[in-house]
Formats: sequence, structure tokens, C-alpha cells
Amino acid sequence: MKSRTIKVDYLARVEGEGALYVKIKDDTVVDIKFKIFEPPRFFEAFLRGRTFHEAPDITARICGICPVAYQMSSVHAMEDAFAVKVDGQLRALRRLIYCGEWIESHVLHVYMLHAPDFLGYPDAIQMAKDHPDIVHRGLQLKKIGNEIVALIGGREIHPINVRVGGFYKVPAKQELSLLAERLKWARDAALETVRWTATLNFPDFEQDYEFVALRHPEEYPFNEGRLVSNKGLDISVHDYDNHFTEEHVQHSNALHSVHKGRGSYFVGPLARYNLNFDKLSPLAQETARSVGLSDVCRNPFQSIIIRSVEVLYACDEALRIIEQYEKPDKPAIEIQPHAAVGFGCTEAPRGILYHRYRIDDEGVILDAKIVPPTSQNQKTIENDLWQFIPQHIKLPNDQLTLQCEQAIRNYDPCISCATHFLKLKIERE
Amino acid sequence: MEENSPQSHRGQKEIYKHEIQNEYPILIVGIGNTYRSDDAVGLCVAQHLKRLAFDSVYVIEESGDGVTLMESWKNADTVILIDAVHSGAQPGTIHRFDVHTQTIPTKFFHYSTHAIGVAEAIELARALKQLPKNLIVYGIEGKCFEAGIGISLEVEKAVVEVMMRVKQDIHNCSPRKYTEYH
Repeated sequence: MKSRTIKVDYLARVEGEGALYVKIKDDTVVDIKFKIFEPPRFFEAFLRGRTFHEAPDITARICGICPVAYQMSSVHAMEDAFAVKVDGQLRALRRLIYCGEWIESHVLHVYMLHAPDFLGYPDAIQMAKDHPDIVHRGLQLKKIGNEIVALIGGREIHPINVRVGGFYKVPAKQELSLLAERLKWARDAALETVRWTATLNFPDFEQDYEFVALRHPEEYPFNEGRLVSNKGLDISVHDYDNHFTEEHVQHSNALHSVHKGRGSYFVGPLARYNLNFDKLSPLAQETARSVGLSDVCRNPFQSIIIRSVEVLYACDEALRIIEQYEKPDKPAIEIQPHAAVGFGCTEAPRGILYHRYRIDDEGVILDAKIVPPTSQNQKTIENDLWQFIPQHIKLPNDQLTLQCEQAIRNYDPCISCATHFLKLKIERE
Repeated sequence: MEENSPQSHRGQKEIYKHEIQNEYPILIVGIGNTYRSDDAVGLCVAQHLKRLAFDSVYVIEESGDGVTLMESWKNADTVILIDAVHSGAQPGTIHRFDVHTQTIPTKFFHYSTHAIGVAEAIELARALKQLPKNLIVYGIEGKCFEAGIGISLEVEKAVVEVMMRVKQDIHNCSPRKYTEYH
């Protein structure tokens, strides 16, 4: 009897601390654990007793990569609780800051974290030695995303200008116009990114996933919409808790989310794309088709192309918003708190991010629930490995390990978010 | 992942990073996190150096995000980085690297499994041929990197020594005779 283990103690090029442990006995996979050991961070507990307007700034601290997503889900949840609708240019500015976050987060992952897997480099530094122009383009493109977040949010990381009801300060039209020229360069660079990622080699790997994403009647989703899936789900964000539940698994500090009665589901760029292709801008649709994508993509390895299509969309959408921008009279709508429960779900770069708050008459948070995208994808990541490893079981351990890591990075997991969660170990006996 | 917002100052006057032109050909970057004990030592050195307000020297504080670092040194001829390190040496030990003649051990300046840190930024800039003409890195060995404010005594002792050495570097690298204002 021959057994072996594949073990990666600290998964590289993912956010936060996690590990993978795989046990193989006689060329059969007997155990897979995608472990999240980053310590739990108890954000939901320490939101209790804070006032409603503190939620965007406290929850933004959950993640340095997607703070805007936390701010957006929290402000929408609060506005839902107090029956306030933020519309017009304030709503457009929210989409614009989200475009900035998608660009910086996706470009970092596409160029610095995922591309080295496809091109056979241990990291982006080694890749840069052979492909300096590509890495340089990635860095410049990411920078535009940072600039959008800095301009609307007050600073690049953990922006401080978002509040329930709108913003503390809104930019002048001229400030946004200055970004437009650079965004036109970014849009061209994003188009090149789609063409470049489409030339990479992809393992033949498709599963019958349930994709879950927001869907909005008029736009590719950032802030609002109904929760839909390719298997018939179509619910209001208010009904999230009736359809999804979190389970504790012993090997992970992050809860596993499941669709009640169905099991694992898939959130993020692939889910959004598959459920909202028709809402992409004509340029993004045309570019996706020109590189051979159809309006549905089930291969998670191709998520690198889909992320690039979303970067292209975000540049296009940012330009549209800037073109139509007029400075609003007031930076925010006044909020009068009252006892209520509020729900918010927005599309973080890695997928849907759900917030629910119960508030008292003074506007104090009584309890909070936050479900980040990586918690929701954890079970799907493990399922992928259960399917993927047997197909590549004859590979030597070092190659198999690399391919497992690549399969995990398909999801751009954000471990810090999931523990409000990566190490890798393959064991062969 | 939490990072601090960088503050950019030269003396009392705030200047934004994108405004750095060659009028400040020497850039000093203190790197760290105020709320992670000895990790703040690079920021501490930068704050002391700001008060000295050298002519043609620009001092900034950064969280250590590599891409931001590469951007900040774009227009400078000489860059001096000061950061806390954790290499297993005695707390307070001062490591000095001349980047053009030495490779920085990546583990020295461990930042994140996800983002790129100081060592990665330097090696990435080397690969992209974007290193400044002179790049000196000071690593001050920390003792405690736990959440909290305040620097260990052994580590604090290194602050004055690093300042003296940086002043000497400034003198050696200055394109014109430098003036120090007190």
C-alpha cells in the first residue's frame, strides 16, 4: 500500500493565512482539507453597542483589499433599515468607487498572483524578469483603480469618506474629469489584458456549479439587485438567511456557507458574468466574444479572463459615470434612526458580501451578521479539489501541489475576510 | 489585512507624493505600523528626521505596500528606506543594505502572503529596471510585533544610531551642500 500527503503550510499569493492538506492512498484521494487558521476576528461581536454610522468604517477594517465592499454592504443595510433611498449622482459615485476597487483588486490578482501559475513562475518578481512590459502594464493599471478609490474615498486603503446616506464630501466635476484621460489608457490596457489572459493554457475542467450573484434589471451588478442563480434562485436580499446557512467545520476558522437543501455554491466573477453577461457594456461583451468566450464560462481556471473582462467593464463604466457626473447639492441624505432590521448585499470583487444589522431606536447596533465571499466559496474550492486531483493523480508531488494551489487561487480567496481565512499539504500513503 | 494611511510631510508643509519632483532628490521612507509595537520604529526614525528638515530631502511615512513604495521613489535619485525587521538577531541590531550590491532576503521584511512588501518591491523594481540610482535600506531588528503602541527599549536605542547613519548617507549622496535647519 502506497500513500502520500500533499501539504502546503502557508499558501502563497492568497490573502491571509490558510493551508491545504491532501491525503492520497493507492492513487485515491482519501482526505482534503482546505484549512483556514487565521484567527477569528470577532467583528460581528464588537459591532454590538456601536452606532449605525460607525459600521462602514469599522467593517472596512476587515479587509485592506476590498474595504469599499464592506462599506457599501453596510451602508445599504443601514439605509434598508431606515427606509432611505440614495439615488442620482450619489448612487453613481458609489458605483464609481466600486469600479476603482474592482480594478485594483482584480488587476493585482490577474497580474501578480494568478498569472505566474499559468506561465510557470514561482512569483511575479521572477515573471517580471522575462515579461517586464506585462508586469509594468499591470502595475500601471492597478494604480488607476487606487486613484479612483483615493479620489472618492479620501485615501487608497481603508477609505474614510463613505457614510450612511452618501459621502462626507463629494468631488467637483473637474476632479473627476482629470481621471478620464488616464481611464481611457486603462480601458485600452484592460482590453489588452483580456487578449493576453485568453492566450494562457487552461486545464479542461468544468463542474455543474450553482452560480449565485446579484442581478439588476438595468446594470451589471455592484450595489443592488436580486439574488439569483442558474438553478432557479431568485430572491430579495431580505430572504438571504432563509436560503443560505453557515456551518462550522472543525478544520477551519471560517464558517462554510451552504445553500440550504442544495449544498455548495459559487460566487464571484464567474457567477456574475454567467448571470449578467447581457448587462456588460457592448465593448466588454464584444471583447469577451472576440477571445472565444461565450456568455457562460464554467471553467474556474478561466476566471483570470473573466476578471480581466470585469476590469474592462469597470473602466468603461467609470468613464460613463464621469462623463455624466454633476456635483450633487448635498454630499449625503440625513438619516433618522429607528428600531429596525436592515439587509445589504453588494458584489465585492470576490463575490457577494452580505450584511444584516438589528438596530434599536437610538441607532445602536444590537447584533450584526457578515458573510464574506470566501466563506461562501470554501466548500466549492474543496469540491473542485476532490474532482481535480484524481484527474492529475499521476503527477509528482511538487507539480500536483502547484496545480492544487492554482486551483485554489482560481477563487482569489481572501482569508482575512473569511475569518473576519491558506498552508497546503498533500499526503500519500 | 490592515494598513495605515501614510502621511506625507516636509517640515510643517504637506506635499502630496505625486508632487515630488527632483527638487527633493533624496527621499527618506519610514515604513511601519504604529499599532504593531516595534514595527513602528521606521516611522519613529522618519518622524525625528522630519523635524531636522534638511534641504533637498523629502521624508515620508508608509505602511510598506510595495506598489506604493515603487511609486513613491519614482522621481528620487537617492532613496533611504527604514523598516523594522525580524531575522532572529538581537533586538536593536541595525542591518544596512546597499540594494545595488546586495539582494534583500525576502523573509527579512515579511509583509503579507498576498500583497508585495519591501523586499519584493525592491526585487520587482530591479527586474523592471525601476530602481533609483541609490537605494539604501536600514532594517532595525524588532523584539515585539504584537498589537499595541510603543517601542521596546532595546529597539528605541537604535533610533539615534540610525538617524546618525542616515545623516551621513544624506551628506554622502547630496548633490549640493546640504543645509540642516533646527
